Amino acid sequence: MTTSQTETKPIISMENVSKHFGDFQALKNVNLDVALGERVVVCGPSGSGKSTLIRCINRLERHDAGRITVDGTELTNDAAMEKVRGSVGMVFQQFNLFPHLTILENLCLGPRRVLGLSPKDARDRALTYLERVQIRDQADKYPRQLSGGQQQRVAIARSLCMEPRILLFDEPTSALDPEMIAEVLEVMTELAGSGMTMIVVTHEMGFARRVADRMVFMDQGEIVEVGPAEEVFSAPKSKRFAQFINQILNH
Amino acid sequence: MKNLLILGTSLFLLSGCSGNWGWYVVDPTTPSGFNNLKFMASGAIYTIQMSLTAIAISVVVGLLVALPGLSEKRGWRVFNRTYVEIVRAVPVLVLILWVYYGLPAITGITLGVFWAGVFALALSDSAFQAEIFRAGIQSIGRGQYEAAQSISLNYRDTMRYVILPQAIRRILPALGNQFVYMLKMSSLVSVIGMQELTRKANELVVAEYRPLEIYTILVLEYLVLILIVSAGVRWLERRLMGDEV
Repeated sequence: MTTSQTETKPIISMENVSKHFGDFQALKNVNLDVALGERVVVCGPSGSGKSTLIRCINRLERHDAGRITVDGTELTNDAAMEKVRGSVGMVFQQFNLFPHLTILENLCLGPRRVLGLSPKDARDRALTYLERVQIRDQADKYPRQLSGGQQQRVAIARSLCMEPRILLFDEPTSALDPEMIAEVLEVMTELAGSGMTMIVVTHEMGFARRVADRMVFMDQGEIVEVGPAEEVFSAPKSKRFAQFINQILNH
Repeated sequence: MKNLLILGTSLFLLSGCSGNWGWYVVDPTTPSGFNNLKFMASGAIYTIQMSLTAIAISVVVGLLVALPGLSEKRGWRVFNRTYVEIVRAVPVLVLILWVYYGLPAITGITLGVFWAGVFALALSDSAFQAEIFRAGIQSIGRGQYEAAQSISLNYRDTMRYVILPQAIRRILPALGNQFVYMLKMSSLVSVIGMQELTRKANELVVAEYRPLEIYTILVLEYLVLILIVSAGVRWLERRLMGDEV
């Protein structure tokens, strides 16, 4: 377990981070440190700011107050983000694969254009990661020919091809049919075992208990509760979190 | 008696028709008719060359004008709006006359008839192309940009490999429309003496005094060209869409 924050410098550090969308405050003075190799699961009702939280970490949203430091660089502007962009990968709820490219092309684009790999090296790397998400035989198909679960696994492989140090998951199973959720969670569990730093926004509490070093519960733009997964599940400190767990588990 | 009346009326009408039409002027079985047709068709090469060159230029310029229109910076968007609103407001015919007669007076640059025509057509069309590209690019969801960003692609590569290939598939029918429009508008370049289809027809009418027949052939000439373009665009659509099905 890597829950002891004091020993290592956090790879992600958020201090008093706030974010507004017009009049709506999506994040209210959020503080969160994530250590290298730590697996953090973020949950909370919709509109609680959990997606905004992780989208601020790779600057898909710009925070308007506070400090965010990723991999030693404070995200003060877009140029700063460019420096650490390669360290942070992201998996989206809607997969966001490139529909006009084959699976292999989806995976090779980043390594070829950004990392400057040769076509052969990019291809080898892509196939390695496709193997890892158990989908190698689909390499020459187009995204729309694959099931949702397969597409999400491809999206994970596409992120892995950039060999990031941190992987963000924004509700990766929310757009999937129930029978496909397991195959995606299985890949994510395997990934967690490999030491990847992961921040996962999800409602999959079984996954959270199994994998998370720490649980973060958010409500109305604030972090309401945070702590080791087993601890917060067995003895939620706040009423809101207790209610939330109840709703999720009974549903 | 009644039958006789009908027969008489029919004959009168028929003779009336044959009196108005004089197809001999474009009858390919007679030497003069064949020569006239050949003369008319000889303009096609210029119509095609001009339209093709102009559309190629206007697509590139249109894209270059469209991109600033999508910028977050206000200055770029103002440039895009100004260009589109001004260029779009000038009638093609006026633009052709202005480029041919006005440009040399102002800049000292004299363009030949062909390039003056191409320049005016491309300029006029580029404003429309810019709007088409802007709409096409805007139709691509935010998720595609975010995915491109998450694998660190820069703006150029995002556009080149992710956004434009998808946008072009969507706007292909609109681009086809513009190409057809361009073929038709190229007829206006006849006013500055370009020897394209319409000019040839006009010259033949002056020589033969048979406007009805000659302009009918002219209509058919444009129709054939445009049907070919339509078929070409459909073929391209099928080819580009094919890999997505």
